[in-house]
Amino acid sequence: MTTILSLSDVKPGFPNPVLDSQSTFRQVLDSLCRPGSIRTLQLDDYPDGLNQAMGAIALTLFDYDTPIWISDGEMNDAIAQWLRFHCSCPITPKPEEAAFALCPSPNLAPSLSSFAQGDTKYPDRSTTIIYEVEQLTGGDPVTLHGPGIEETVTISPKGLPAAFWSEWDENAGQFQLGVDVLLTAGDQLLGLPRTSRRVSQS
Amino acid sequence: MSNKFVEPEGQLPDHIAARQAWMAVLAEAPSEKLKSAWNAINDADKPDVEHLRTPERGLVMVRGRAAGIGERFNLGEMTVTRSAVRMADGTTGVAYIGGRDPDHAVIAATVDAMMQSETYKSLAEDLIVHPLQANLEAAKKEAAQKTAATKVNFFTMVRTRDGK
Repeated sequence: MTTILSLSDVKPGFPNPVLDSQSTFRQVLDSLCRPGSIRTLQLDDYPDGLNQAMGAIALTLFDYDTPIWISDGEMNDAIAQWLRFHCSCPITPKPEEAAFALCPSPNLAPSLSSFAQGDTKYPDRSTTIIYEVEQLTGGDPVTLHGPGIEETVTISPKGLPAAFWSEWDENAGQFQLGVDVLLTAGDQLLGLPRTSRRVSQS
Repeated sequence: MSNKFVEPEGQLPDHIAARQAWMAVLAEAPSEKLKSAWNAINDADKPDVEHLRTPERGLVMVRGRAAGIGERFNLGEMTVTRSAVRMADGTTGVAYIGGRDPDHAVIAATVDAMMQSETYKSLAEDLIVHPLQANLEAAKKEAAQKTAATKVNFFTMVRTRDGK
């Protein structure tokens, strides 16, 4: 990329990079270890178009090794410049190449199977998709079971694409391949690892 | 993603070359000298800055080429501290300095921003950049003189050995 980075509008990053990114990492880790639990992330300043939790996750996990895909409608300059300055991460137009996908508008994102699914030798090389939803509670309830969940847990995120849960069943069906999902709303985070399966309705 | 280092073609535009020059002075100046010059300025005269990137330390691989034209090789890693600040009017300053002194990096970044602003340029130039530059040049000259004084004349050595 040869365009000159303009710093006059870039928002600042973590005020205390070491401690802030460590505590965010811990929250993200816990959210994936205990699916269904809601965590809170801290970030004072973040670009328009992202939310607080997405910004904190980006500053913590993205670097020059992780290609990022951003849902088309939100591929705006403020986010791209901010990511370039703070994370030095490459931005890719191809979802199947992305290590992380930022979806501030989930409805513009392609199906879960369009992203990198990992391969049998390295199932970890799949995309982690970060969605912004309206709220983490208040939507249609979904009951999950799997590792990290004692018996079952019911979550009710509001604002996911209509096809999400049927795609999620397919995703869980191809274990050990598959994507992991982080749902965010404001400063809140809910992790959906590929091992969390929907309890069948029948 | 290409990691290949691209060498700039031709001459750099004047304003970039000038900025490189003062950034080099700020980075090379000894920390104590830079800090004492900075502390000598009234706090009221200094601009308020926000930290875009709080000072952070890291390693960079220093690469070299034999005689400047050979194959590139890794010379070794060095510690660097970098910082980026922004003044209220949107002017940003950045600094990469050798070593691990976060205060040095922040002052260097702030002075870099001041040097780009109409309001602060003369203050920064007169009280910080020019004195430090003179200082660095004097130190280089002194080192060169000390080195010159110890120069060995090989021709003399050969003759001495012959005449023993």
